Order: sequence, then C-alpha cells, then structure tokens
Amino acid sequence: MSKSDESKFEPKRRIQFAFTDEQEQFRTAIRRFLNDKSPTTEVRRLMATAEGYDPRVWRQLSADLGLPGIHIPEQYGGAGFGMVELCMVMEELGRALLCAPYFSTAVLAANAILNSGTEAQKSALLPDIAEGARLATLAVTEPDGNWDPIGIKVVATPDAGGYRLDGVKSYVVDGHVADLLIVAARAPKTVGREGLALFTLGANAGGVERRLLESMDPTRKIARIDFHGAHANLLGNLGDGAKPILRTLDQAAIALANEMVGGAQALLDSAVNYAKLRVQFGRTIGSFQAIKHKLADMLLDVELAKSAAYYAAQAAAVDDPEWPALASLAKAAASETYLHTAAEGIQIHGGIGFTWDNDTHLWFKRAKSSEVFLGQPSYHRELLMQRWGV
Amino acid sequence: MSKVSEAEVRTEVREWLAANWDPDMSLVEWRSKLADSGWGMPQWPKEWYGRGLPHALARVVEEEFAKVGAVGVAKSGVRLLAAATLLEHGSDLQKKKFLRRILTGEDTWCQFFSEPGSGSDLAGATTRADLTGDFWIINGQKVWTTSAHHADHGLLLARTDWDAPKHEGLSYFVIDVKQPGVDVQQLKQMNGHASFNQVFFTDAKVPQENLVGRIGEGWKVAMTTLAHERRSADGLTSPSKRGTRVGRIHAEERAETEKANQPYKWYPQRAGRVDLITDRAKETGANKDPYVRQEIAKLMIMAKSAEWTARRARAAQQQGRPQGPEGSLGKLAASHVARACSRVHTLITGTEAMLTGRESPREGIIAEILVSVPAVSIAGGTDEIQRNIIAERVLDLPKEPRFDTGPFRNVRRN
Repeated sequence: MSKSDESKFEPKRRIQFAFTDEQEQFRTAIRRFLNDKSPTTEVRRLMATAEGYDPRVWRQLSADLGLPGIHIPEQYGGAGFGMVELCMVMEELGRALLCAPYFSTAVLAANAILNSGTEAQKSALLPDIAEGARLATLAVTEPDGNWDPIGIKVVATPDAGGYRLDGVKSYVVDGHVADLLIVAARAPKTVGREGLALFTLGANAGGVERRLLESMDPTRKIARIDFHGAHANLLGNLGDGAKPILRTLDQAAIALANEMVGGAQALLDSAVNYAKLRVQFGRTIGSFQAIKHKLADMLLDVELAKSAAYYAAQAAAVDDPEWPALASLAKAAASETYLHTAAEGIQIHGGIGFTWDNDTHLWFKRAKSSEVFLGQPSYHRELLMQRWGV
Repeated sequence: MSKVSEAEVRTEVREWLAANWDPDMSLVEWRSKLADSGWGMPQWPKEWYGRGLPHALARVVEEEFAKVGAVGVAKSGVRLLAAATLLEHGSDLQKKKFLRRILTGEDTWCQFFSEPGSGSDLAGATTRADLTGDFWIINGQKVWTTSAHHADHGLLLARTDWDAPKHEGLSYFVIDVKQPGVDVQQLKQMNGHASFNQVFFTDAKVPQENLVGRIGEGWKVAMTTLAHERRSADGLTSPSKRGTRVGRIHAEERAETEKANQPYKWYPQRAGRVDLITDRAKETGANKDPYVRQEIAKLMIMAKSAEWTARRARAAQQQGRPQGPEGSLGKLAASHVARACSRVHTLITGTEAMLTGRESPREGIIAEILVSVPAVSIAGGTDEIQRNIIAERVLDLPKEPRFDTGPFRNVRRN
C-alpha cells in the first residue's frame, strides 16, 4: 500500500504530547537492559578499547530488543516503528552513555539509505543493518568541520560501472569499525548544492584509508577517512542532489537532541543525589538555596529541552512541514542544555567533580562533542531563522 | 444523590433556558433566576444555589448556555474565590448572607492577604484583629489589593494570637470595605498604571459572625482561597463571544467585564509579547543583524519549548497520569520568557527604546513591555519562591533551616 493510499483510510496522525503506554513499556525495557549492560564501569572499560564497544552487548541489543531496526520498515527487516521510537532509544542510550555504534549505524546510515536508496538498495542493505549484522556510518563533513553540504569537496568521478572517490572525510562516527561507508560527494567541477549525491562502499575497499582520531569524548569514536580513487556505488539517483543528505542530517539532529536530553537528565539526577548526600557546614549542601535554585533552574532547562526534542521527533514522525526547522530548534536547545547541565553538575560536585574517578566528566565530554557535532547551537539558530523565514 | 445522565441534564437545561432566557432582562434579574434555579453554578450543592452536578455535567450546562448565548453568573475578580472559600469553611449564616449577591454580581470582593511586611512570607502577616465586645477590631495595612476601591467585601487574613507560632495565630474574616476605618488608596506602579491599592485599617470593625472557620485556622482557610486562585486562570475575564449580541443584558455584561478587566490592560505586555518579535524585527530591519538573529532564535526556542512543556503537562493530566516535573515549571518558565522578550525587544528597538507613549513604537506598546516585565518574576510568587517550591517538592531537596518557629511575638520581622 502506498503512502497516498494510507492517507485515504487512516486519519493523519497528530502530534502527541504524551507517550502511549506501549511506548512507556518500550522505554522501561530499554532502560532495564541498559542498567544491566552499561554501568559506568563498563563505559569506562569500553571507552579505553580501540573498538569502543562490546560486540556481545551489540548482538543482544539487536537480537533481543531489535533496536538497530526499530524505525526500519518491516519489508526491509525492521520493526516498522518510526522517528518517535528511534528517539526514545537515543534518549535512553544517552542517559546510560552506552558505548555502541548505534547513532552511526541506525540513525545516520540507515536513515541515509532510507532517504536515498533505490528499492533494490534498501532491500539489499537494510536487513543486515536491522539485524545488527552490519555496522555502517555516514561521512558528510570534512576536515574543515563544515556541516553545510555546500562545503563538500570529496569528488565522485564516473568510472567503469561506478564511481571513483577522491578526497578526505573527517569526524566520521564509528568510521573505524563500520563495515559499510556512506559518503556524501559531488560530481567533478560542480559547486554549491549542485552535483551532490551519496555513495556506498565497503570500509575495507582499496583506496580507503581509515584513521581513528583522538577524540575528547572517548565514548564516541570518530575517524578520518582518506579516499584515493576508491571504487564506490551511487546510492539512489543522480539528481536527488542535496535533499536526502539534508533530510538525513535533520533527522540525525533530532535523534541526537533526544540523546542529549537523556544525558542531561542523567547529569541532573546525579547532581540532585549528590546534593542530598554531601554535608558541609553541618548541613547537606542541597539545603542551601544557592544549590537548590541552581538545581531548580537545571530542571527547568532540561524539561524545556526535552519538550523541544520530543516535539521535533513527533513532528518528523508525522512529516509536519515545519519539522526541519524544528530539528534545528531541538538541536540548539539540547546542545546548550546538555553542556550547561554538565558544567553545573561538575560545579555542584565541587572538587571531586573535576576528578577522573568521578563519572560526571564522561557525560560532560559527550555533551561537548554533541554540542558541535552536526553544527554548533549558533549554526542551528541561524538555520532556524532562515527556515522560519525571518 | 441520584445519578443523572448527560442527556437528562441537557434536556432539562434546554427546557429551562427556553422558558426563562430573555436578553432584555436586567443582569441582576436574570442572575437571580440563575441563583434560585441552580443553573448558574450547577456544580455547587443544591442547598446553596447549585444543583449538585459533577463537573463533567456542569460543562454540559455551560455548552447549552453557550448555544443560546445566555449570560452566566458573575465570575470576575475575587468573587468566586470568596465563594469557594465560604462554601468550604463558612457558616450557614455567611453562605446565606454572601453567596447569592456574589452570583448576581451585586457585590464585588477583594482579598486582603499581602502586606508591606509580608510578601513571599504571607503567614508573617501583622495586621491585627482584637476581639472587643461583639466586634473584632482591625488595625494594620494590606497591599496589592485589586479592586479594593470599588469592593463591598474583603477576605481578610489577620493575626489574633501573637503567642502562637506564626501559622497558628492567624484568623480569617470577611470585612465590610465600605466603612470609616478602611482607607483605600491607589498604588501606582512603575509602569504608570494603578491596578492595585494599599489599604489602611484603623479600628475597622468586623462582627463576630464574620469569622470564617475557627480562631487560629486562618492559614488553613487562606490555603483554600489560594488553591482556587491557582486553579483558576490569571484572573482575566475573557472578552465575551457575545460581544456583538444585542439586548440590555449583554450591554450590562460588557460594561461589567470592561470594569473587571480595567486593571489588567497591561498584562499581555507584562508577559513580554513574544508574538510581536518577528514582525518588529522585519519592520525595523533588525532581522539583518546576525547578533539579533541569534538572540531572537534563543528567545523563540525558549518560548516554544515552554509552550510545549505546558502541553506535555496537560496531556499527562488528561491521560490520568501523575504529573511529572513539567507541571510545576510554568510560572518560572513564563518569567524567563518575559525577561528574554524584554531584552530582545530592546535589541530590536534600539535608541527608540528611550521613548514612551505615542512617541514610541507601536503606540507605546513596546515601552509598556519594557516597564511591565519586571512584575512577572514577582507577582503570584517570586521566581526565588518558585525555585524553592520546585527544589523541595519536585527534586525533594531538604528545606532550609527556619528562624521563624516559636511564639510569633519573638520572631524577627520588618
């Protein structure tokens, strides 16, 4: 049944401001799994490894909970849910700071394929991703860190039966462990939004040189990838141009915003708990207004950012025309909130908050890397203004 | 109480309206019929001008009234808070004396709670009530009293026992405002409006029968009033949809609404007027300044997020779920939004922000925003009190040590 058929029979879904009971049960199941699999002792163990994740936990998360394919339609081996459920997963992962190639594989790569791939490509690529059998990632930005596809310099030159890629991608999430690379590149001698397209290739193909970068956030690994005439296939059709790339980045911004509010909530919980325990001047520090008011402001901040992240996910799920603007809104809101909550969380912990042994810095670093990944808050605020026509 | 169905109520109210509703009646005449029949406040008890209907069915009655354009009982100002408090704590004599004239709109009410010396700390009131013969004699000062200059009765919180702890020495009264011992003076605010009064009591008299609840229970009774205040909207009577309807009764109702809303004309400006921001940016060209664009975006993100947070709270409530933290944050969020609005309006307006009145943009609306916003973070509980409430009730943080326990006489005060 095609999309237009559906709309004839089903009333158009509306933006919901509360999760359903089924969604809440889903959240509980993920949270229980993560409480068990991703205590900070595990986060610390995995962030120190080169791979940066535990393949056994990844298999369980895929086989038992079906998370990598949660939003992938059933005909491609997924669970057939949508953006809202994908974002709920992200929120829980952000809360638990799970070290796993989920954002890269399920959010960036799977959405790129869904947005750009032909029917045959979706059928060929997505089932393995949904099953967790294939790790994949998306490479858009380059060493200059520009998130506007206008700045893409990697060139795809037509070659016998495909294309040759030349150039450099950077900040590629999980680029060091991905099996499949999806690369944004442009036709030779094109500029701006013209000539852009997505390409796929195996990460171990000839002419691909991958280097793990030393990232401030060790729980999210990033790589630089050099392409020297590497052979690649076009994903989808020429002429779709920048559209599927932008759509994928906007979806990623919403998903990341939800991950960030999950992390911010974890930081807030930790700060509140510490304020109830820590005694100075004969009182718990949480009884001082200086601390109480700070925590009340943090709560307000986190709840506002959650509302934006949830609303953007709902809007994307029902394809509300405003959703790309809301992606920028949610990303900017969550970025500011996450980092602010992390900084205040350290402040409330005092000296111990600045130590390596205290866990707060793990979330602080995720907050910092997420703040700039996909574009800084100022970039998204400007994008929001443009998208709202101001 | 026998259960009545929605259909029964609908039929009954329709028939009653068909037989009684007449837009050429006087407002008081019509509302007297409403009070006697119970259709004006159907959720109130039968013996007190109501019909004992559950709230869901009261809404049905409201719908039927709206269908024929029938006017309801008087609802503006403090009168319904007074009614709710009297229904819960008042004596039969008090209910008999006051409720009917509240509903007909013949009497106007005001609330004497805040004092110059006790704002956030309402229970620190020092206006005194001393029993002499059959009367309580009132001395002291109240402030921020809306409508006191035309009110007939006031809800008064006063101290009757100075040896009891702070919250236990207060009592609650209904006081006749139009008497020699009550001096009402307008209080002019920094934005030039005078929406409130300060009221001086010099040996004012309250008959013993006007004590509401028992002596020393004033705080408990005041909590009922405040709970209803929080539950109702912001005190604004919405401009009637019947605005264009013809008939004596509609004209009288319009005049009543106009009078009730008079003190609140600047309230939209107090909230910051986020609705004007993008238009103003475009008309001034400030939308071309990258810094201003950033600040507008920050403001809009906050305003939108606050709106969605309120909708999340409402959605949770409608689903019958316990309200999450999002339900307690509205006031603080609104205050942040208002102040951010004020900043951004200044950024957009530039030097013209020095002007006021007709000289200034939008016929003085922008200037009025700038000088009205400071009220938001104070009125109805300061931001600091809101943060205390959020920290203690939502985050479950410990209370600060208190210095106001023991006999009130010994507590340090202004």
